[in-house]
Amino acid sequence: MKKFLSKFYLALIFILLYAPIATLIVLSFNASKTRAKWGGFTLNWYVELFQNEAIMDALYNTLAIALISSLIATVIGTAASLGINAMNKHFKTVLMSITNIPMLNADIVTGISLMLLFIAFGIKFGFSTILLAHITFNIPYVILSVMPKLKQIDQNTYAAALDLGASPLYAFFRVIMPDILPGILSGFLLSFTMSLDDFIITHFTKGSGVDTLSTKIYAEVRKGIKPEMYALSTLLFVSVLVLLIAVNKAPKQRKKVSQEDSL
Amino acid sequence: MNKKWLSGPYLFWAVSFIIIPLLMIVYYGFTNKSGNVTFENIMEITTATNMKALFLALLLSIVSTILCLILAYPLAMILNRMDVNQNSFVVLIFILPMWMNFLLRTLAWQTLLEKTGVINSILTFLHLPALNIINTPYAIVLGMVYNFLPFMVLPIYNILLKIDPNVINAAKDLGANSFQTFYKVILPLSWPGVISGITMVFVPSLTTFVISDLLGGSKILLIGNVIEQKFTQANNWHAGSGLSLVLMVFILASMAILSKYDKDGEGII
Repeated sequence: MKKFLSKFYLALIFILLYAPIATLIVLSFNASKTRAKWGGFTLNWYVELFQNEAIMDALYNTLAIALISSLIATVIGTAASLGINAMNKHFKTVLMSITNIPMLNADIVTGISLMLLFIAFGIKFGFSTILLAHITFNIPYVILSVMPKLKQIDQNTYAAALDLGASPLYAFFRVIMPDILPGILSGFLLSFTMSLDDFIITHFTKGSGVDTLSTKIYAEVRKGIKPEMYALSTLLFVSVLVLLIAVNKAPKQRKKVSQEDSL
Repeated sequence: MNKKWLSGPYLFWAVSFIIIPLLMIVYYGFTNKSGNVTFENIMEITTATNMKALFLALLLSIVSTILCLILAYPLAMILNRMDVNQNSFVVLIFILPMWMNFLLRTLAWQTLLEKTGVINSILTFLHLPALNIINTPYAIVLGMVYNFLPFMVLPIYNILLKIDPNVINAAKDLGANSFQTFYKVILPLSWPGVISGITMVFVPSLTTFVISDLLGGSKILLIGNVIEQKFTQANNWHAGSGLSLVLMVFILASMAILSKYDKDGEGII
């Protein structure tokens, strides 16, 4: 009975979270231009999507910003974590509190604070201002993913590697890196996802003429969303789903192999 | 071993793009267009419209936070007990939806909730009364719960994972029934996760302008909408900054509570 209730509850939450997604997928095949009524099945939007330059541009901006910002954030954030980990407690607390600010602060406040900064320093709004903003809110995700992994490492193993003649760089890549790599990867993926899904901060830091998918959709809300958008988001969603399934299959096999090795 | 310099670039970045921008809000919030110090911008909050927007935002965000907590805690416990490849399942449920644009997902609720929308068609088919909540505060609450539920589930789930099963077994061995075990052992141990979940849901709900815009039919103003309009429509950065400062008082209050219960800041992710 308890098991059934748990499953039932999970199913309900699953429906709550996936009902809108299913709706969007259905709408991407809707021949009628308005989302209010069903006009029959079509694949037209998937064809037109690739001829719509504005949407393709927005897609390019979104992916470029997500990729560049999460890469830079991963480098800065990982380095910062190593540094913070070596600090005394006082500095550690100060830096971690600063790191928490973008995480806990409202996006709207982060967005307008950056907007005011760019205005004050005369930085032209456009691709680069969005990029700077995204790096800023992505670094904390990396730090908060890497820090717990660093804390688990026994510092003596690194010291032992140095004692045995490894150079600091070699010791870092052979001893510390393997242990914190999962943290770095999850920080990177988290940043990428957050950057991709961000609207509010981009809304305040973008210039006219530059759009990400989010800001483009927001501009279209009043006039009605172009069905190509539904097609695009369905494609994105399905490709990530496939990727996730592939990734989840892969490590299991590897684990099996390593278990056999150890036997 | 001196690795401290490694955080140099981050320190520079944090000062330039976190600290200084916040100081700019403070500067704009306390000055007027001619640069004189004034409290006018802060006092903007006392006008009837803005007060109403603030109270409605507080009310809706508190309701959403409570609903999220009620939904999330049992969910986190169920996820914690499942032994099939937990992490990938949690990712599937909560992270994957983020790959569909947040605005589109929220807009999809319009299609679902409309008078002749999907949900009402199903309800009419079943001869049940129609649900007319689109463009009302109820729809906004639904949008908040929908969007921010993962932020409540993940910290609670993570903290439940850390609880040593032996502690729970010990409680049972010592004669506690399952309610007592939950109330006296599991709940107190998971408290930091609950607290960070509350902050992670409360702050974005309190400050949103998008959800109220999309599901409230742009007639319902929350404090987030007021601030957004000050910046993008009225171009009054001073008033907008002043109102943001008022908003930040609430955010700081919840941050203070968070740091009191979660000293390492680990419960967040």
